[in-house]
Order: sequence, then structure tokens, then C-alpha cells
Amino acid sequence: MYISKFSQLGARAVKNFIEAPLASTSRVLHLPLDQNRYLLPLMQKSFTTAADNAFEEPNEEKQKISVTFVDNDGEEKNIKVPVGMSMLEAAHENDVELEGACEGSLACSTCHVIVMDVDYYNKLEDPTDEENDMLDLAFGLSETSRLGCQIIANPDIDGIRLAIPAATRNFAADGYKPKPH
Amino acid sequence: MAMSIALKRLSRSFSTISSSNPLRVCVVGSGPAGFYTADKLLKKHERAEIDIIDRLPTPFGLVRSGVAPDHPETKIVTNQFSRVVQNERCSFIGNVSLGSSISLSELCAIYDVVVLAYGAESDRVLGVPGEELAGIYSAREFVWWYNGHPDCSKLDPDLMSTDTAVILGQGNVALDVARILLRPTFELASTDIASHAVAALEKSCIRKVYLVGRRGPVQAACTAKELREVLGIKDLYVHIDEADLLKTPADEEELKNSRIHRRVYELLSKAASSGASHISGQRELHFVFFQKPDRFLESDDKSGYVSGVRFEKTIVKENTESGKQIAAGTGHFENIECGLVLKSIGYKSVPVDGLPFDHHKGIVPNVGGRVLSDASGDRMQFEKGLYVCGWLKRGPTGIIATNHHCAEETVASISEDVEKGVLIPMSSSQQKPGREGLLQLLDSRNVRFVSFGEWEKIDTAEKRRGMLKSKPREKLTTWRELLKIASE
Repeated sequence: MYISKFSQLGARAVKNFIEAPLASTSRVLHLPLDQNRYLLPLMQKSFTTAADNAFEEPNEEKQKISVTFVDNDGEEKNIKVPVGMSMLEAAHENDVELEGACEGSLACSTCHVIVMDVDYYNKLEDPTDEENDMLDLAFGLSETSRLGCQIIANPDIDGIRLAIPAATRNFAADGYKPKPH
Repeated sequence: MAMSIALKRLSRSFSTISSSNPLRVCVVGSGPAGFYTADKLLKKHERAEIDIIDRLPTPFGLVRSGVAPDHPETKIVTNQFSRVVQNERCSFIGNVSLGSSISLSELCAIYDVVVLAYGAESDRVLGVPGEELAGIYSAREFVWWYNGHPDCSKLDPDLMSTDTAVILGQGNVALDVARILLRPTFELASTDIASHAVAALEKSCIRKVYLVGRRGPVQAACTAKELREVLGIKDLYVHIDEADLLKTPADEEELKNSRIHRRVYELLSKAASSGASHISGQRELHFVFFQKPDRFLESDDKSGYVSGVRFEKTIVKENTESGKQIAAGTGHFENIECGLVLKSIGYKSVPVDGLPFDHHKGIVPNVGGRVLSDASGDRMQFEKGLYVCGWLKRGPTGIIATNHHCAEETVASISEDVEKGVLIPMSSSQQKPGREGLLQLLDSRNVRFVSFGEWEKIDTAEKRRGMLKSKPREKLTTWRELLKIASE
């Protein structure tokens, strides 16, 4: 109850940032939806980024989880991600090729990933309407698709495997119907 | 002499690359398709030197002139595009127009690879009587107007002689346009909307907007995000006829197969059944389904001006050939009176001299981005070194991200051709001049190009002007101003 209430507040906070006309593109926009349960005290102090927070922890090693990205050639890359960091940020810090056109502001679908194990998928908070609106437009959408910017590292998902969907598609093929915009 | 000045002007962003046999690439158009192509080519080919040319002095194409001003988060992608030009092997050369500054054959003679990504800068026409009446605009023109595109800053649509606007089409562009007409102007005033547009919208008398589609709510072409937004406008009465929401078995099937149509349909149903009553003075948005425009009506008192649209009621039925559900007329007509019509029925690409073009589809015939010169024979003939990406390649649909995949495909085709050895000449005597050749030609024609550094001057000036008005930027909206600031 407590957790979900704060998650909602988090979602709203993110939305307000997005709707603010002068919203800058600072890292504040990466504020993860459900890092609250771990970092609420820190967040109340200041909006430092998740990555910075992780380094303030005394036992850094314990606060990292293992994440594996599988790219569209099937190549795997295992990285350690600090709790509280989004998968989009983690990918970029580790040179994993995951697009992030809107830099985590929930305005595009380029950081689309597929959670490879449904059990892990079920451990994630449900996507918000806003995330679903973006997933509508993602290429190769699957039952366990999420946006990388909305998956936040937490100990429950230690070991999660994320596939970056294959982008190959023949646009010129006869009969191909592009999605409406 | 003038040449050396031109080169000097570019020296900050350009560097001479001495390695042998570079791949000299020109990308035409600096919108998402052009930038994603450049980005992917730079990553894939260490020897690629890329010039992105654009007919405007400003980069980013529709991110600047198409994306609605109240969608700042969608424009964040320009950060990524700007980083692409920071690469020393890539440069932006604005204010250069393919077709007038330089011809396609000249470009192909100068570069190993030419990628056309100049989009769709014209409009589909309905082809019904009265389309030329005053008060009828394409949504593209209207969008360019409020986004401060220098070609439409003088459009000055009359928003004061009428209280009703009809928008033809129900895609995202139609929804954007409806939202701009209906949203409280104080909310728009703090966006990067052109100031001439805010001034006109503040005085606007438009109270009622009709969004008209030929087919039903199941086939609506918008996305859930845009629909949610327009339905959520403050103090707006939304009307949807509940009878229009009835589904046929074919509709059910269509919804089952499309998540996006399902979610759009759900939002429309929810809005229809919300039962909010109309409070007088409230602005109104009417979704009108199953109506196709038959003709535009001319005003009796004001000759040459539109006074309404006559629609034919349609039913949606399956086309036996395509399997698609299409609208068919029923012979029943009705009129909607209005003084402003915005046609949002699709953009259209414009060919240049010497470019193979499929006028029916409005695209350049291509296979995976390779331009087909002749598809009539048994063997497909390609134009050597010529490629397409974005709307010119696949038609005017999709979101920014669609271009990411589209560029990936075109770049894969280029890579294949590079590996086959057909693009880079073997001996240095056959090398094409690339950038230097382009600049020489532009110089000989007195074309005053705009470098990325010069665009940054425009960018800084716009942001500074915006700050005074609490806007993220105040766009420069005329060619004269843009070029003046660029050369300061």
C-alpha cells in the first residue's frame, strides 16, 4: 500500500516535470518511478541522481544488481547496475547500444526492451498509461515489453535479462503497413 | 579568395581528413531520417565523411517545424542529433536547396554516396469542388505557421471571422491542430510557439472544432497519447455520438489485432460515455465519424470564401482485394457550417529533376533504401550511390523513432554496397571531391550556406529572446532574420 502510494506520487512528479513547458533535460528527468522505497530519505533531501546516491552508500557492492542485455545479434553483455538506476542510464553508462531519444522523459519508444523471463516481468510495477501509450508505438512489441527508462534496478530483479528488439524490417516490402502516427 | 573565407568559416567544425579513400557522403535533409542515417553511417564506417545539407538555415526538420510546441519532451532528441554534428567527420551545411542551389546529378558527381532524406514538403489534395476557396488550409501550412517555419510565417489564417473550424482527418497532426486551436492560450504562451501565432490565437473566435473522419472510431489514425491529451484539455466540452461506437464483427477482429486501435477506441468510448453536459461558453470539440467531404461551400456574402463543408455519410466495409476496411458513400449528405477548414489528410513528397519517383505512392521507388532506376525489366536496376530514407522512402507516416529503424535499413544497404566495392573508387585519381567540391560549387553560385556553428548563433539568439518572455525559445521566423543572425 505504502509503496504503491509513493510510486504513484513519483509517477505524478515525473509527469509534472514533463509537462512543465520549461522542463529542462537535466538528469532529474531520469527520476525513476519506484526508487522511492529505497531512496525516499535521500530524495527528500535533494534531487540527486540515482547514480550519485549509489556512491554514497557504504557498501557499494551490495547495492548493485546484475543485468544482462542481449542485442539483436544475440550477443550478451552483463553489467552491474546500482540500485535505483534506470536500465536506460545503465545501458548508456556501459556502452550498450540502446537508443534514448527523449532521454527518459516518456516521450518516445526508442528504449524499448523485452524482459526475457516472465517471472522478472511480473516483479516490475505495472506500466503507467503514459508508458503504455509509448509502448503502443514500439517496434516488435511483445507481452513482456517495457521501456528501459522505466525499469529501475532493485534487488528483486537481480539477474534480469533484457533483449533489445531486432530492428530489421523491410519498409519497402509490398503489403507492409506502417503504423499510423 | 572567397573560397578560402568560406573554408575558414567552417574550420571550427570541419577538419581535413588525410586518410586515403574516404567514403564521401551527402545526406539531403536534416530531419530525423537524415540525422539517424548520418549517426549510423559514422558508427559503421570509420572512413565516412558526411555532409548533411538542408534547404533551411536551421537543422532538425520536423522536430523543429512539425512537433507541436507543447511537446517539448519530444524535441529532446535534438540533443542527440547535435552530438552527431560534433563528430569531426560530420557537418551541417544549411541554406542549400537541392534542385535550385545544386542539382541531383551535380551532387552525385561530387559524392560517393547521396542519401535523400528530405521528407514530404507538400500536401495530398482531396480533389473535391471548392478546395481552392479562401479559409481552407492544409494542416501542414497551419503547423508551419504556429511553429514559425519561415515559409509560412505570413500565412495569417483568419481566426476572427468565424467561431467554427472543421479539421478533415483524425490522425495525430489533426489532433495537434485541434489542441492548438482549443487549448487555453496562456498554456501555449510559455512554449516555443511562434509569437505571431500566440497573438492570433489570443484573439481567436474559434469556439467549436469538428474533427471529421471518413471511417469509424475503430479505424481512427491517432495514437492514445495524443488523444488522451486533447480529451484532457481544460474546460472543454467533448462530443462523441455513442451510436458511432457500435462495432461490426469486422471491427472486433480489427481491434483484436491492434493494440493501439484498441486503446484509442477505449479512450473514445470512455469520453463518449462520460456524460459531461455542455456548459455555455465552453469551447467544444466534436468527433465526427463516417463522413467524407463531398464539396466545399462558398459563402453567399463573402465571395471566394468557404462557408461550410458538405459531407457524404459513409459506411465502412471490407475491400475484397486488400482486405482493408474502407469507407463507402451512402448517398446521404449533410453540411457543417464553418469559416475555417484545415485539411489533415496527409503530406506528399516532391520529386527533384532526375529522381525516379512513384507519383501514385508519393515515394521514391526503392528496395531497402536503394533507389530503383528501372523496375520494369526482369532485373532490377539501381541508381549507383543513390539512396533514400524517411518519408521519401516509405511515405509520410510514423513517429520519430520509425526513422531510426528506417535509417538502419538504408545504412545496411550502403554497407553492403561498400563491401561489394562498388562505391569507393580504387585509384585516387578517380576520387570524388566531396565537401570541397560542394563548397566550390556553392561559392561559384553565390549560395551563402549556413554552418552548424552559425546555426548555434541562431539557437543562442532564439533562447535569449525566449528568456525575456519566459519561453524556451522565441523562434526567428523569417529568412531575413535567420540569415542575418547567422552572419553576425
